[in-house]
Amino acid sequence: MRHGDRPWLFLQIVMGLAVLALLVTIGTMLWQQSSTALARFGLGFFLPTSNPSWDPVNDQFQAWPFIYGTLITSLVALAVALPLSLGIAVFLAEMCPAWLRGPLGTLVELLAAIPSVVYGLWGIFVFLPAVVAPLGEFLGASLGQVPGLQIFLGGIMSASGSSRLAAGLILAIMITPTIAAVSRDVLLAIPTGQREAAFALGATPWETIGQVLLPAGSSGILGAVILGLGRALGETMAVTMVIGNSVDNTLSLLRPGYTMSSIIANEFAEAVNLLHSQALIEVALLLFGITLLLNGGARFMVWRAAQHNSAGGRP
Amino acid sequence: MNDVHVATTRGDISILLTHKADAGLRRRRKFVNRMMLGLAGLMSLLAVAVLLWIIGYVVYRGAPSINLAFLTQTPRPLGVTGGGVLHAIEGTLILSILAALFAIPPGIIAAFYVAYHPNTPLGTAIRFGTDVLAGVPSIVIGIFVYILVVRAAGHYSALAGGIALAVLMLPIIIRASEEMIKLVPGTLREASLALGAPEWKTAMRVILPAALNGIITGILLGVARAAGETAPLLFTALGNDRFEAGKLIQSSLESGHNIFQALFNLIQQPVDSLPLTLFKYTQMPFPERVNQAWGVALVLILLVLVTNIGARLWVGRRRK
Repeated sequence: MRHGDRPWLFLQIVMGLAVLALLVTIGTMLWQQSSTALARFGLGFFLPTSNPSWDPVNDQFQAWPFIYGTLITSLVALAVALPLSLGIAVFLAEMCPAWLRGPLGTLVELLAAIPSVVYGLWGIFVFLPAVVAPLGEFLGASLGQVPGLQIFLGGIMSASGSSRLAAGLILAIMITPTIAAVSRDVLLAIPTGQREAAFALGATPWETIGQVLLPAGSSGILGAVILGLGRALGETMAVTMVIGNSVDNTLSLLRPGYTMSSIIANEFAEAVNLLHSQALIEVALLLFGITLLLNGGARFMVWRAAQHNSAGGRP
Repeated sequence: MNDVHVATTRGDISILLTHKADAGLRRRRKFVNRMMLGLAGLMSLLAVAVLLWIIGYVVYRGAPSINLAFLTQTPRPLGVTGGGVLHAIEGTLILSILAALFAIPPGIIAAFYVAYHPNTPLGTAIRFGTDVLAGVPSIVIGIFVYILVVRAAGHYSALAGGIALAVLMLPIIIRASEEMIKLVPGTLREASLALGAPEWKTAMRVILPAALNGIITGILLGVARAAGETAPLLFTALGNDRFEAGKLIQSSLESGHNIFQALFNLIQQPVDSLPLTLFKYTQMPFPERVNQAWGVALVLILLVLVTNIGARLWVGRRRK
């Protein structure tokens, strides 16, 4: 050991531990600062109920509408983003001519770099009037009349188009680059021997992709999807700007609503009532916990997929 | 030959198919292949189309608002045309500098540990923790810094905003630095150690300069990301449309403080940022504010584009 080695190592370890300490501290602070609300409302704060009330004046808080909002918008986002991202990933990894791969990949990744508020601005003034409002009208008139689907597609969309559907669609655009980029990397990591074997057996490129490559990369792609989901769950600004931010007790996609992040963004700055702030911090705590589990799980799966492939790939 | 070809992929009685049926199956498979690949290409085209739609519209609506006054003046009262977003530009600069100052040193140092001790329990734990921290929603980080800093200090401040953005930037910097440090050939480190240099000197004087290009790229991308964030600033920096850095520093110096105290006082003020201003302006029913919002969006997009494309070109150029 030379002069200065031990302090240097110590410094490195301290900085590294700081990252872990940060995570622990965030969780602890959120827990502590919502303790009154936690004690008061218990588990019922989060559970689905047909009679939710969020009433700062009367100290009644129940977060189910926001949890539902987050879940349904993320679900819509995933449903739309998944085929889109997989298509892009497949194109970039398997079909793209080599000279196009870099530039196109960069363009797709640029979508991820656009700030969330810009998505919101474009959403409000461009996407909503041009796409969401007509789409909402169409869906309401067609699928919304089907008895089973009425819960999700009933009701009338507001004139501006602000709705859960709008939030879901914009989220889809925002998470597509994430899922596409990771899936592309997963596909590129599959040994070429797999492709060559499939071609040797006479498979078409699509059959290779569908029956060999996608199954082989499935755990990595699942990890990518979960990463995208994590991003969708936590996204705040773009969602706040297009979801309408009003309490709506239906489950319909066409109606405005709230998500966990948008209620915090909207109300926290003006929450003078202590219990109100605590309730909002409790919502933040739930958000923290969910993304913690999700991201931890996703990273674990992507890591495990890498182990699989480096060991020679699936037979 | 057709028979064998079909038999191995279908693996059933198709061995006995006639040549004619073979051709039918082959045609169908070729068609499905074409269609699916076409779809994949279409998806990629769609993604690029959306990107161009967003950028194009922002340029179209935002360009008319951009002029010298926009970039160098503070806002005029509501209902009065003119004025600009200087307060937001200054705010974004100050917040970015603060965030970089807080995030870069710990980030690079932690990256050294993770790069050189990859398979240890602590190394894996730190890497894992970094990735998890990267996934924490930015609004949660904002609430965290609000509790930790704003409540303790009793007021909103640029300092709190800078800390929140630093927490956001930290995982990005650690990840990028770790990868760049790993890319430096091990022989370089060994040579330096063989010449008698201690580990820390090797790290600072040999490895870091070698990895610097990539690390700077990582920092730039991190700063660009932080500069575009709004949620963590909602409850920390809060926003402040009377912010004028020059005047604040001047009055501080005039009342007898030295430059360090003046700067310290500066960052105790609440401050606006470009994205925060954009958000606020979209909530206002005043047309000139909305127009300015588009102008801010254009500035942000230019910032993001220049940084991202510039970072990639920079890395590509130096590799030669």
